[in-house]
Amino acid sequence: MIEETTDLQPETRVSTVLIRRHSGVTRLTHWLNVLCLAVLLASGLQIFNAYPRLHWGQYGADADPAMLEIGARGDPGKPRGFVRVGGASVDTTGVLGLSKADGEWTPRAFPDWLTLPSYQDLAAGRRWHFFFAWAFVINGLIYLGYGLLSGHLRRDLAPAAKELAPRHLWREIVDHARLRFPSGDDARRYNALQKLAYVAVLAGLLPLMALTGLTMSPGMNAAFPVLLDIFGGRQSARTIHFVTASLLVAFVLVHVAMVVLSGPWNNMRSMITGRYAIRRKGPDA
Amino acid sequence: MISLTRRRLLIGSGLGAGALALGGCDLLEPNDQTQAVLRSAETLTMKIQRLLQGRGALAREYSEADISPTFRVNGTSAPDIDEYARLLEGKFVDWRLKIDGLVERPQAFSLAELKALPARTQITRHDCVEGWSAIGKWTGVPLGGLLDRVGIKPSARYVVFHCADELEKTLDGSGRYYESVDLIDAFHPQTILAYAMNGQDLSVGHGAPLRLRVERQLGYKQAKYLMRIEVVDSFASFWGGGGGYWEDRGYEWYAGI
Repeated sequence: MIEETTDLQPETRVSTVLIRRHSGVTRLTHWLNVLCLAVLLASGLQIFNAYPRLHWGQYGADADPAMLEIGARGDPGKPRGFVRVGGASVDTTGVLGLSKADGEWTPRAFPDWLTLPSYQDLAAGRRWHFFFAWAFVINGLIYLGYGLLSGHLRRDLAPAAKELAPRHLWREIVDHARLRFPSGDDARRYNALQKLAYVAVLAGLLPLMALTGLTMSPGMNAAFPVLLDIFGGRQSARTIHFVTASLLVAFVLVHVAMVVLSGPWNNMRSMITGRYAIRRKGPDA
Repeated sequence: MISLTRRRLLIGSGLGAGALALGGCDLLEPNDQTQAVLRSAETLTMKIQRLLQGRGALAREYSEADISPTFRVNGTSAPDIDEYARLLEGKFVDWRLKIDGLVERPQAFSLAELKALPARTQITRHDCVEGWSAIGKWTGVPLGGLLDRVGIKPSARYVVFHCADELEKTLDGSGRYYESVDLIDAFHPQTILAYAMNGQDLSVGHGAPLRLRVERQLGYKQAKYLMRIEVVDSFASFWGGGGGYWEDRGYEWYAGI
């Protein structure tokens, strides 16, 4: 953000200071989380492909109504891929429902370039999913434990009351929409929208992923039957798991877009080496 | 200040590792070492679930109103071996459930004898590994009581279920369905050998005349068309050594998740 350098008086200078932005634990757990979520998403889509329908309630199988369905239908010689949500159906031939695998048109919900493994193999998908689910939970607990003990969560992520005032939030929304990001000392801290987004992911979406995942386990249902009451049944939990995963994908897209728009090198460096450059106007500090 | 080259190197290697991790997965898949690492999670899952459950935690039991209008038939819908066809024709009068292996008094039970024993009825959810679920009402003999009758030997560790259905046609018979549970699940109060479903004799599609219900695990553990129960100290010598038809094809032996 150097848009104002042209207005500078001769005696003011722009200096760059490197601050320590992210701790080693934050950086390490961040990148492990990237790896875990990437594997969990790709293997999760493999698992979804084994039964590409979503239900609500305790039970749900082929004969029961589905809220969402991804499939292929039509003339056997010329099938079409579709996604159906409620009563609305969209033709998605080529990507969802029907896509090319090894050059052959194949009926499969998600295409091979999105699933792990690429070929249909539920057992392998489950092995990847459960191994990385453990890694994800352990990594998340390390981050949360560190965040609580070090004060990182309270200091950096909990929004202050004045940041939550509607006027303040509105101003940030307008600034974000104009792609004007905080600079100078304001860039030392997360802005309120950032804090809210991170808290929603850390305290909302990620725990929801783990809990709805566990609710699909018959073994965990016996240990904690209350999970079935919280989410309204195993099939509801499966649907919420899928929707929450979609919201996480949406978060990642916005997150990466913001990283790119607000200074990709500086942001990437801060999450790799921990150092973040801040430009200050005025006499050298 | 970090130089551009070092910065690029760091970012590049980070992205490269990520791409390798994903793009290389298909290459890693057949690798035994990768498999061994991934499989280590199964042991952890089983240990933690068993710890959280304790021995007695029950699977949820539902009400009549919750029963699925249609209970999907899965796996084999009708075993096509001659022996089974003959038994079915005779309405299973000649069918016997053999219980042998590491037991004090090997025995064969007729269907009438099993039905005369104390029964348990439970409305439970059947969860397929693929993701769907169906709720049904099962009536049968608790397996634990039956094992007490034949008396298991101190060296007993697992109970293996031999079935009449052949899910995959093979020359060596390795396509024959079988399953196994350990003694914790074998003696769990909800583990029953069911002869009735939704108040009627078990249909052929659902495993007539007798199937296993082990309610804290997934559908593939619920072996149908039971012919013989063998108490063993290890299931390593059966077919692929995995302890079950699907286990020999890559699925987890502990199917609690």
